[in-house]
Order: sequence, then C-alpha cells, then structure tokens
Amino acid sequence: MVTNSAAGAASVSTSKIIPLGMTAILGLFIVGFVGFSHIEAVHNAAHDTRHSLAFPCH
Amino acid sequence: MSLFRNIVLTAVVAGLLSGVLMTVMQSFSVVPLIIAAETYEHAGSNGAGHSHAAAPTASVPAPTAAEHDHAEEAWSPADGIERFTYTAAANALSAIGFALVAIAIAEALGGFGGWRGGLMFGIAGFLTVSLAPGLGLPPELPGMPVAELGPRQLWWIATAVCTALALGLLAYTRSALLAALAVVLLVAPHIIGAPLPPTHDTAVPIELHARFVNAVYATNLVFWAVLGALSGVIRERFRAGEAISTTSKELAVR
Repeated sequence: MVTNSAAGAASVSTSKIIPLGMTAILGLFIVGFVGFSHIEAVHNAAHDTRHSLAFPCH
Repeated sequence: MSLFRNIVLTAVVAGLLSGVLMTVMQSFSVVPLIIAAETYEHAGSNGAGHSHAAAPTASVPAPTAAEHDHAEEAWSPADGIERFTYTAAANALSAIGFALVAIAIAEALGGFGGWRGGLMFGIAGFLTVSLAPGLGLPPELPGMPVAELGPRQLWWIATAVCTALALGLLAYTRSALLAALAVVLLVAPHIIGAPLPPTHDTAVPIELHARFVNAVYATNLVFWAVLGALSGVIRERFRAGEAISTTSKELAVR
C-alpha cells in the first residue's frame, strides 16, 4: 500500500511535466504576442496596454 | 489532460476578471495620462517621433512624410470606444497569459494552496514583471525618448527571468549559498544596466511622467494581487478529473 501510493505520487509528478510545460508555453506565447510583437497592427491595438504594463514600447 | 484543461479554465476566468478590473482602473488613472502625453508627442515630434493613434483620426493631411513612415499603412484602432475595446481585450489576454505562466509555475512547485498562496504569487509576479524591469526601464509615456526597441525587450525579458529565478530560490530553498545566488540574480541586471536613450530631451512634462509612473505601479500592484488571489481561489474549485482519478486509483488498489 505504502509503496503503491509512493509510486503513484512519482508517476503523477512526471505526468504533470507535459501539461505544465504546455501551459507555461501557451501563457508566454500570449504575453509575447500582446506585449512584444513587432507587428505594427498588433502593437497599435495593444498600445495602451503595453504602456500601462510598462512593457518596452515604440 | 484534465490538469491542462483545469489550469486553462482557471487562467481564463481569473484573467478575464482581473483584466476587466485592470481596464476600469486604467481608464481612470493611466489612459488619460497616455492621451495627454500624445498631444505633446504630436506637437513636438519630428523625424524620430512615433505616432500611432493620430493617423486614422487626423482629418488634416499627414504632417510630413518623414514623421512616420509606417503609420500610413499600419492599422490602428480609432480613438474612443474602439481603442478602449482593443485595450480591454489586450488587458484580458495579457492577464490570461500571466495567469497561465503563474499557475504552471505554482503547480510545479506544489500548488497555490488557496487564495493566500495565490496572493503571494501575484505579488511575486508584480515584482518580476512590473517593478524589477521598471527600475531600469521606467514605464514610458508616448513621446519620450527611448533606446532601440530590440535591446530594451531583451533586457526586460532577461531581468524578469533573473528576478523570477531569484524569488523562487529565496522562497523554495534554504541554503545560504543559493540565497546569495538569488541576490546576485536580483542585482545583476541593474549593474549591467538597461539600454538608455541617447538623449533625455522630451516635450512631455516631467510632472506628467511622474504621475504616470505612480499610476502604472499602483494599478499593476492591485492587478497582480487580484490575479494571484483569484487564481488561488479558482484553482481550488476546478480540480475535476485530477483528484477523482487518484481517488479511483486508490480505490482500485484497495
């Protein structure tokens, strides 16, 4: 019982790596797109947000 | 997949709510200052000036061809409700993105454990994304002189990564050596220094900029605190599929 639950815990933490990595990459992609894109139209749409979040702008 | 789905759900709900709050706070504090600065930007700009919002709304012919070589073809939202809508959407999107990263890091480190842990993560997020990069690259108003965009973005990202690592080391390790490493990581970007503009001359009054910097830090602190605490609360609610699968596993063992 003890060994079973220990093995279960270990497999849960390794099975977490992929979903957590995907989540972090998705989040970074969204922030990068809104805040760091060099595309002029994206920049203009998010202009006030960039300034308000103190992202490098212009 | 239930973990991924639950985190995304949590991030979307927490991000939308705190994004709306951010938009409300901004429209009273930060955005009026940006719009005020834009009048100076257009009045004083020549050659190096950047103009975004003016192009579509200006009924007068474009001042000079050299002033903005890109503004003519680049789309930008019209002032008023359209601009507000895009700002609100960009706020909500950024908030969802920040929440996704924060929740992923928190889960990898053992979870928020409720609103209090979420609040701590939110404040760490403020330190990482607003305050630490802002020490070298203060929040800038339109029309202020700045260095090249690429190096500034690189410095900004490097500073945020170093600060996040340092805060993680300070919070999750107990060794003095690692604490010393954390202090080095906190300080190093500022010793190296952010890319500075060639000149600090600007038509934007310094008093306007001071109010803007205060408003940015205040709104961001509240935004991050709310985003973190909401993420902590909502994460506890959306655990469908995760707890059940372990319970059923345990039941199967029995």
